[in-house]
Amino acid sequence: MQKIDSFKKLEEEIRINSEKLVAKYDGKDGFRTIAMCTDTGCEATHALDVYAEFEKQIKEKHLENNTRLAHVGCFGLCSQGPFVKIYPEETLYRLVKVEDVEKIVDQDIIGKKVVEELLYEDINTHEKIRKLEDIPFYKKQVKIALHGCGVINQESLDESLGCDGFKGLKKALSMTPQEVIDEVLASGLRGRGGGGFPTGRKWQFAKNSVSDEKYVICNGDEGDPGAFMDRSVLEGNAFEVIEGMMIAGYAIGAQNGYFYVRAEYPKAVERLKNAIKLMNERGLLGDNILGTDFSFRAHIRLGAGAFVCGEETALINSIQGQRGMPRPRPPFPAVKGLWDKPSIVNNVETLANIPYILREGASSFNKLGTEKSKGTKVFALGGKVRNVGLVEVPMGVTLRELVYDIGGGVPNGKKFKAIQTGGPSGGCLTEKDLDVPIDYDNLIARGSMMGSGGAIVMDEDNCMVDVAKFYMEFICDESCGKCTPCRIGTKRVLEILNKIVSGNGEMEDIEALRDLADTMRDGALCALGQTAANPVLSTMANFMDEYVEHIKDKTCRAHVCKSLMQYVIDPELCKKCSKCARNCPVECISGVPGKEPYVIDQSKCIKCGTCYSVCPFGAISKR
Amino acid sequence: MAALQQKAKEQIVEICRKYKDEPTPLMVILSEVQTEYGYIPLEVQEVISEETHIPVAEIYGVVTFYSFFSLKPKGKYVIGVCLGTACYVKGSQAIIDKFCDLLKIQPGETTEDGLFTISALRCIGACSLAPACSINGKVYPTLTVDKVQGIIDEYKKEASV
Amino acid sequence: MEKKMINIKIEGQSYQVEDGLTILEAAKRCGYNIPSLCEYNKGECSKASCRVCLVEATGARGLVASCVYPVSEGMEIKISSPKAVKARRTSVELLLSNHNMNCQQCVKNGNCELLHVANITGARENAFKGVKTETTLDILGPGIMRDTSKCILCGRCIERCKKAQGIGILGFEKRGFNTIVAPAGNRSFAQAPCLQCGQCTLVCPTGALTEVSEIPLIDKAFMEGKKVIVQTAPAVRAAIAEEFGDPIGTVGTGKMAAALRRLGFYRVYDTNFGADLTIMEEANELLHRIKNGGVLPQITSCSPGWINYLEFYYPEVIPNVSTCKSPHEMMGAVIKSYWAERNGIDPKDIFVVSVMPCTAKKTEEVRPQLSHNGLRDVDAVLTTRELARLIKRSGINWDMLPEEDFDPDLLGDYTGAAVIFGATGGVMEAALRTAYFALTSKELNPVDFLPVRGLQGVKEASVDINGIIVKVAVASGMANAKKLLDDIKAGKSEYHFIEIMCCPGGCINGGGQPYVKPVFLNKEGMDILDTYREKRASVLYKEDKGRPIRQSHNNPQIKKLYEDYFKEPLSEKSEELLHTHYKARERYPEI
Repeated sequence: MQKIDSFKKLEEEIRINSEKLVAKYDGKDGFRTIAMCTDTGCEATHALDVYAEFEKQIKEKHLENNTRLAHVGCFGLCSQGPFVKIYPEETLYRLVKVEDVEKIVDQDIIGKKVVEELLYEDINTHEKIRKLEDIPFYKKQVKIALHGCGVINQESLDESLGCDGFKGLKKALSMTPQEVIDEVLASGLRGRGGGGFPTGRKWQFAKNSVSDEKYVICNGDEGDPGAFMDRSVLEGNAFEVIEGMMIAGYAIGAQNGYFYVRAEYPKAVERLKNAIKLMNERGLLGDNILGTDFSFRAHIRLGAGAFVCGEETALINSIQGQRGMPRPRPPFPAVKGLWDKPSIVNNVETLANIPYILREGASSFNKLGTEKSKGTKVFALGGKVRNVGLVEVPMGVTLRELVYDIGGGVPNGKKFKAIQTGGPSGGCLTEKDLDVPIDYDNLIARGSMMGSGGAIVMDEDNCMVDVAKFYMEFICDESCGKCTPCRIGTKRVLEILNKIVSGNGEMEDIEALRDLADTMRDGALCALGQTAANPVLSTMANFMDEYVEHIKDKTCRAHVCKSLMQYVIDPELCKKCSKCARNCPVECISGVPGKEPYVIDQSKCIKCGTCYSVCPFGAISKR
Repeated sequence: MAALQQKAKEQIVEICRKYKDEPTPLMVILSEVQTEYGYIPLEVQEVISEETHIPVAEIYGVVTFYSFFSLKPKGKYVIGVCLGTACYVKGSQAIIDKFCDLLKIQPGETTEDGLFTISALRCIGACSLAPACSINGKVYPTLTVDKVQGIIDEYKKEASV
Repeated sequence: MEKKMINIKIEGQSYQVEDGLTILEAAKRCGYNIPSLCEYNKGECSKASCRVCLVEATGARGLVASCVYPVSEGMEIKISSPKAVKARRTSVELLLSNHNMNCQQCVKNGNCELLHVANITGARENAFKGVKTETTLDILGPGIMRDTSKCILCGRCIERCKKAQGIGILGFEKRGFNTIVAPAGNRSFAQAPCLQCGQCTLVCPTGALTEVSEIPLIDKAFMEGKKVIVQTAPAVRAAIAEEFGDPIGTVGTGKMAAALRRLGFYRVYDTNFGADLTIMEEANELLHRIKNGGVLPQITSCSPGWINYLEFYYPEVIPNVSTCKSPHEMMGAVIKSYWAERNGIDPKDIFVVSVMPCTAKKTEEVRPQLSHNGLRDVDAVLTTRELARLIKRSGINWDMLPEEDFDPDLLGDYTGAAVIFGATGGVMEAALRTAYFALTSKELNPVDFLPVRGLQGVKEASVDINGIIVKVAVASGMANAKKLLDDIKAGKSEYHFIEIMCCPGGCINGGGQPYVKPVFLNKEGMDILDTYREKRASVLYKEDKGRPIRQSHNNPQIKKLYEDYFKEPLSEKSEELLHTHYKARERYPEI
């Protein structure tokens, strides 16, 4: 394996591999390329089986001489996976099943005719769309952090090199560390993990700390429920994240970098391991990188299921083999971090932006976004929205664009109620906030926050008190237990919310909730505790009427809170088939088959919802 | 201590020694022991303590802090039901309730026959397929309550073969 | 180096303070005691966890924990801003909502730091209600007990165990609301390799970690009409007066003897007699080993915490440890043999109570090796703190007590050598005085052997005794002793004799001694945690200096005891009554 040990060799590799990558897809060699996402999302919908079927078919039909199969990273629109993209035409098939493969092979690969029924269909116009970039979901997207995802083979260093890989590193190494930091400062990049602290400033602090040893830590402990952008970035193009880490290392004077990745992301870890191995082999990691004085090594440490380890000092403790309990700051990690040495902790997405900034220049990055939030942001759009998946959009797009243009709006004719951003530290935004341009400061001003980029849409079937309870349960479970306001405060808040959803709430509870929320915000040790009350505060701010209904009227308008709802059988609609009674686990439904309509004994009903889901006639409703 | 087989002990010692040049390797060791050995009881922690000179109480504290580590053996099939936000708003609570109901255990518990463990997971990153669960790493997308029995049966059948 | 001074404001007033201080320390120097709870001894705790010391400080987001937040030039600190006052109060109220509030019966009542902050922060009754964390009550003892229902998770005990003993028997377990502090597996101290030294009880702010009280045993013995004989260890006199509000370093010998007499004990003896006897045996054992090529170095055996450590962690070193029983056990053995014979009392009717600065002594008294003819040498051990409680219970006014002597008969005399047993290096010095005499027939001159005095963790010295260079070392705190023990294990030790005491500083800082809680000691200096051990040790060295006889072998009653009963050190009779043995113990036995 030839070492890439000088700028010249790197340039040469980039040139050769760029040509190869173009050639892989442009069809000039007479080949058709079938590219498939085989990452976690599509894998769950059996993409690997589809891939295997293609392999089989190509072999059986002797297409090896003009057809190749390719693994690529995530396309983003995961709810429509598995995806198959045929080059050079760039025809995109979605929701492809094993049984569709033969048809694609026969009709498209052999017959050169598009398989219409597997094309994406516009939600509103029902028009078939052949190319990915014409799908509304992708129209507003700009790929910086997700650069290379869906294009390169995730396990090929050569393809990464062919896709602008290490151009940023090369640029950085031809600058002084201070110039690199100045460039990052000029880009306006802010931490993508949640807080939004200017990345360049963080680096500057660490650079200014004098020490024989410093560390770059990549925070891949993506724990926000409903967020998976870091996973996709690591799975789709780990090389670029490592490149970003190396640039950071060069800038602050670190020779070692640690990736801290959730154990729940085995594939991302595998990809990282592979990328580090390949880079070590080719001399892109190690001593005297590209013939310069810069040496750098990358290491991986796994998380083990503790959300709080996303907090930087807890993460450092975890790498140090300790319980993930945050440390008081100051001293900040930039002064005293991992093994008490100056360290920076940057999120995966943050580092993924770095190569672009160096490669294309800060000015190219900061022309995107709003005044104080530059560049793009990756969101994991989920919940009650038609297009669920990962999107990278410039800062400053509105929530409306996100929910409706990209997300395709709320399905099943239901009414939009809220969009939750920022995970357990964030809050709910409503109709009135939809036209707000998304950036760090606007979201905070509206009682939520950017967080790592989870964006969960909720509709009229979601009870907002229940949503608050959900987040509080999460935080209560994930609290490290170190400081009083978080350890006991979250428990007390949860108890009050439970009291409210079970119909035992009193109006004084609202005051108690506010009181506790204040204490947590002002007094907790780390950001997890300080923001723990946000979901409660923001739902109270926007949906106080729902709280009051739960407390005073003992009703839950979304029929979610079990103690406040009933299943009832409409005697008019009941066809007396007895199916509900036969399926009821507690035998609380009575009636006479074919003669008398069925009735639920509310005193015995456990509200499991079985009858509701089995009734073939829609005669059972929630009240 | 007596309960720990000599062979298992050697295996654990080997894992510890493999990482002796890593700085602060406890998490790395525990992850590997968890994966190889299936759980990390006190006897195992004592061996790790001897090798690493970390107090047993501290190791125990780390093991009980992270939900990935387990003090007791887990079932042959670990059913991880995702209770992440995306899954939750799409009704995953009902899914986990159904699993618990059918297997007659609570989340975190293992069935008497050692076949199933149910655990509540926080976001498995399959939000686009919500509600989802993962069984020994295999993801089951877009679940409904009535699919649960079928999934359990599938594994019961597999186990009986 | 001159410390840099910076300007800060507290409550609008300007002050100059040293740079590098925390807000809490700086405020204290400027005359403000910010309520604080978990903080102890400059960060010997889990650091900034309780959130009781929150204040407002310029330049910080939200409130800051003053125990860790450093002052900086120009900082303005507000302690009594409404936001800070409320936050501190709420932190305490939340802690109380998860606390077992049986304050009336709690042994920490009067010394409880949580109760103190509840009081000064104005915590409201039942401000928050809800379920409490599942608790564990470990009363298997025998030395110390743990009640997690009173634990506030400050982590002081965890740090103390690690720092003093290098063990870390306690740790945080589980997480979030379920977090507890426990030995691994939430085991009892009795089923874990805990030394039961009680250092953790000294730092616990609440009643979560305390000694197991044996006052009920004594009550029962009195009730049954037993002849209850009490003996007190040297270190007790150096600290007991603190329990009655006297400054640290006050001599309590005379009043203590007077109090014990008023409590109805049949005899009030000083364990110092036992200490002199120990020296006779131990010095001769050392000479025997040196002369006969025995296992060296010889290590002292007085400290039961150390013996527990030996059996759990260094069983290989057992042959090095002196077989001498500890002084109070020797004393007990002598009371139930020699003394009982001379007084014509059936040993079965005698109940020996030892007042000790130590919780590990409670684990020692129940060792089967420490009984004779089915009777334990010692029947109950009280800590200094328990004795104080006993005195208070009886309504005795400490201040008005006269200074009295111990009972003089048979076992009443003691030397200066015995007194200094209570401080690290004391046993060594006492033994050297006697060993020197045994080999040279001359007294060590000067009597004071300064190289082994002082509070350093490890001390070394050598003495030329008749051409033999005897090399000695002294360690207190197992973390300090570890290095010496590792050398012995590796066959590299060059010493002849080593003194090991479990608690840092020796028995004056034993786990059964009065609490030194700066929050309750406003009259002591701010540096009291750095100075109290020295102050207590000085009581002992003062008493040594003032004793007419300062070498154990010159104690007339000891001489008589050998003449009349044991014949000579290491005789068959003394081996039977005054020596013991040790055995390796499993650290985490199956339960």
